[in-house]
Amino acid sequence: MNELRIETKRGIKCRVLEAGQGAPVVFFHGAGGLLAQEPVLEGLSRRFHVYAPEWPGYGGDAGEEKLDDMLDFALHGWDVIDALGLERRPSLIGHSMGGMIAAEMACVANSGVEKLVLIGSAGLWIDAQPVPDIFAMLPFELAQALFADPKAGEKLLTGGIDFSNMEALQTFMVANARRLGTAGKILFPIPNRRLSKRLYRLNAPTLLVWGREDKLIPLVYAERFRQLIPHASLAVIDAAGHMVPYEQPEKTTAEIERFLAQA
Amino acid sequence: MKFTWFNLMPWPHLPEDFREKHRSVWVDIDSRLYDPAEGNRVYHEYMDQLEYADTLGFDAMGVNEHHQNAYGLMPSPNLIAAGLARRTSRSAIAVIGNSIALYNPPIRVAEEFAMLDVISGGRLLAGFPVGTPMDTNFCYGQIPALTREKYYEAHELIMRAWHEPDPFAFDGKFNQLRYVNCWPRPIQKPNPPVFIPGGGSIETWDFCVQNDYNYSYLSYGGYKAAKALMDGYWETVAAAGKDESPYRAGFAQVVCVADTDAEAERLYADHVLYFYNRCLHVNLGFSDPPGYRTVKTIQAGKLNQFRAENQRLFTQLTWKELVDGGYVIAGSPETVRERMEFMIKSLRLGTLFLLFQIGNMPDDKVRNSTKLFAEKVMPQLRDTWPEWKNDDRFWCKPLETRVRPEESRA
Repeated sequence: MNELRIETKRGIKCRVLEAGQGAPVVFFHGAGGLLAQEPVLEGLSRRFHVYAPEWPGYGGDAGEEKLDDMLDFALHGWDVIDALGLERRPSLIGHSMGGMIAAEMACVANSGVEKLVLIGSAGLWIDAQPVPDIFAMLPFELAQALFADPKAGEKLLTGGIDFSNMEALQTFMVANARRLGTAGKILFPIPNRRLSKRLYRLNAPTLLVWGREDKLIPLVYAERFRQLIPHASLAVIDAAGHMVPYEQPEKTTAEIERFLAQA
Repeated sequence: MKFTWFNLMPWPHLPEDFREKHRSVWVDIDSRLYDPAEGNRVYHEYMDQLEYADTLGFDAMGVNEHHQNAYGLMPSPNLIAAGLARRTSRSAIAVIGNSIALYNPPIRVAEEFAMLDVISGGRLLAGFPVGTPMDTNFCYGQIPALTREKYYEAHELIMRAWHEPDPFAFDGKFNQLRYVNCWPRPIQKPNPPVFIPGGGSIETWDFCVQNDYNYSYLSYGGYKAAKALMDGYWETVAAAGKDESPYRAGFAQVVCVADTDAEAERLYADHVLYFYNRCLHVNLGFSDPPGYRTVKTIQAGKLNQFRAENQRLFTQLTWKELVDGGYVIAGSPETVRERMEFMIKSLRLGTLFLLFQIGNMPDDKVRNSTKLFAEKVMPQLRDTWPEWKNDDRFWCKPLETRVRPEESRA
């Protein structure tokens, strides 16, 4: 994919992955950041013009200090879209924390979104099914919570870093502190910033994509989203956990592609 | 030298298999391990010990704040301090301190500390920790990446509340108050001396140095492990062009005194091991939530390594290793004096927070160790820094004419 550099009106610089042609689709990544391989984005770029901006705190640029709360994140998302200069209104896709923000963006500006796709989205809280506390997990424990197949997942997550190497671990800790430190502003201590009060505003047709074995934000959350969103359908993907776009990229791509292509 | 007799107030009945059966002494500690009726006895024993230290000539009685923690039974140290203020009138009351980012609004701390300073006749030492991640983030739900900023704002609000004579409006990011007007006001002007207990964040050093606050490194790793860290602090002091008064620095140390070195082991080893092996069993996942430490501090790399190493080592440490490694200073009065003199000089300390009550140590042993120290060690260390003996910037200034309630009781 190509790499664009943009600067928002607020003065935040960020990296944007970009590929393809056609209707614009903007993908917002989750708390773990963009990974080395983004097969779903590449797959979607066969039919759509895909953009994947990196959140502040996740790339080389500073800027995360300008974002404190949910409204800051949602408006930053729209600032990025403004800076991309799209000719048509985009569809939004968000994974995990990115889903939480994309949904918030679509609630705030409910005529600005063509279609909305939420993949394993954060943003709701169910007392009977609490989301595990990723902030109290050690780096080597994350894969267990995120993947249906944790062994294969760990390699995806760390880019193959060996955690027994102190120097590599420290580099990872610094990057992880920035990433999850930024994410904590909207996810800590409970990943609920009252999105449920605003979901009634959504006009855009919405697709929920969930890994059947999601241990972080289990399937019951997909059902709750479906109850709260006026026009939502749900696609459940087998043999996948919270990182469904990385564990089952073909199936994920196919579901999203079908939904976005519908008239 | 200033000697503070410090009590963490640990729960003394953690089971022998605590480590195996429970994942953490802190945050999600099993409430069924606490017995309120026994708690009644324990609180009074611990408060009596603090008062006992006052009678033996210690300079301060020390308390601090922890939440959901079985080795620190003071969610509100101010309650204990209020009790001490009524039962003593001589030594300082070191509340080190209140985690000011946790009080909504933090004007509450300005008010309660003012009350303590007034009731005690100007004996308050005011501690403002940033707060541990366990207390601040996991127990009290503050967002890690915003904790430090919230702390600085709380500090500014409290200081202005103490210093400004007229009501003012405070338009902060975390606190908006239309009428800030602290009543009562502290006796000590412009404010009680401020102590910043810390764990090694570089930003905290800068903050202490800029404001001329005492920086107190509170670890249980002992004086040998603290050397690199305290050197870093003193470099920060020097770089800012400040004087090197030892009263800029404080340190917490576990101390056990007996008639002989062998007797110290016989009397105290079990209780010290209880502390290191059971009380310090904290789930590592609670110790460093992403965003709590700044990138600058993680890159400096000092603390995390110490913590990780300490966590592993504590599980296996023997009495000999604890003593030889300097985690604990224990032995005859002469051994303790010698080690402490080395510690004081090598870390350049003017203020000590000494833990004589440790783990599940029973009252008679605590008092034995405390008394031996007060009589045979403290006098010999008292004048370690003769050239700084008139430096009173970092200590309280009580009213001469203060009420002495414990003397007037019928």
